[in-house]
Amino acid sequence: MKITTTVNGQIHENDVEPRMLLVHYLREALRLTGTHIGCETSLCGACTVLLNGVSIKSCTLLAVQADGADITTIEGLAENGTLDPTQEGFWEEHGLQCGFCTPGMIIASYQLLQRNTSPTDDDIRHALEGNLCRCTGYQHIVNAVQYAARKMRQAAGTS
Amino acid sequence: MIPSAFEYLRPTSLAEATRLLASNPDDAKILSGGHSLIPMMKLRLANPSVVIDIGRLGELRGIREEDGTIVLGANTTHYDAESSALLQQRCPLMAETAAAIGDVQVRNAGTIGGSIAHADPAADWPAAVLALDAQITLVNNSGSRTVGATDFFLELLTTAMESDEILTEIRVPANPVRTGSAYLKVAQPASGFALTGVAAQVTLGSDNTVEQVAVAVTGVDNTAFRASATENALRGQAATEAAIEQAANLATEGAESTDDIHASAEYRLHLTRVYTKRALLQAVQRAQA
Repeated sequence: MKITTTVNGQIHENDVEPRMLLVHYLREALRLTGTHIGCETSLCGACTVLLNGVSIKSCTLLAVQADGADITTIEGLAENGTLDPTQEGFWEEHGLQCGFCTPGMIIASYQLLQRNTSPTDDDIRHALEGNLCRCTGYQHIVNAVQYAARKMRQAAGTS
Repeated sequence: MIPSAFEYLRPTSLAEATRLLASNPDDAKILSGGHSLIPMMKLRLANPSVVIDIGRLGELRGIREEDGTIVLGANTTHYDAESSALLQQRCPLMAETAAAIGDVQVRNAGTIGGSIAHADPAADWPAAVLALDAQITLVNNSGSRTVGATDFFLELLTTAMESDEILTEIRVPANPVRTGSAYLKVAQPASGFALTGVAAQVTLGSDNTVEQVAVAVTGVDNTAFRASATENALRGQAATEAAIEQAANLATEGAESTDDIHASAEYRLHLTRVYTKRALLQAVQRAQA
């Protein structure tokens, strides 16, 4: 089936099998391998991307469901080489070790900050329940998201 | 894992969807948010030869009030439900249950219609709709019918739906005054599914007696069920902690559970009695507020 997607601002036209998962489409058809496959059972969130502005697990969607959609992967977050505040936060606050969960974790954090500009630590932990990390113990991830939240509030003049 | 191959159809109207389903009644599956179906297809536990995607039918998505009844379209996402001011005010049990499902990403994509039609034994929605005895609208190529939630969940992953029917709407009553509710669950930490999930709603009389009470449990037996023994014990009683505790101890009467990798049957049943008490206490507190 022919599908058209806009991924990180670029339009793509591809012919895909209906059974192709969105995560395989992104990684294999579009060679955007920043989105990871961690669990195969919709638990770990390493495959999280934004679809029409909303965070979803790309391993649990068919590529054909994304026909016509606007998708942002981790590769599309930085603008003109400038890191998104979420990415900067993960860097500054050491929110990663092996980095496997990180793309999904950052996209999920981005979604949280779109919906809540002043999350508490509990809000952050709750919002990241769909993203599992085996390395960090999550504390530095929480710190990273708070860093990003502060930076975004400062930029908006609402700090 | 990769699903088996299938033909993918995307109808542009409900009428077209029911026609397509009518011509493939035995081997077609309806796709809404896909967050029950696609995990099953990835494990090859479901291998439909035809998938009919109704996820973009906007007419099936949304929440509205009609004469004291709240109507949820089947394509309403769990996030739509948890963030709906209308639901939070007029039927908070539904909003609270939605907020407890899975995680943010799952709630962004999964839908109430899909969840209920699939009837996973540990899904959260069945508990809430059972407690409220929701009216569920089913449509096929010849017409439509309504089934009450208490007649809907039959057996493991088996509902009253015929293979040619599409679930289109769920109707629940708006809360009467002096009504409080709670949905509490013990979530399996990775999947978010309920080891036990208890939906409780209580309406108090002006003298603080329990006029109406509904308790429904998920995660424990092979379908969600009403804890009728608890309800019968509490109805008409003063809403005291002692009465609630006594009634909650009856929550698992008639229920059967099995051991699995997450919990033993005995533990699930024990958790259910504890969480029934907590949910009822919270419901009563909220009714009194």
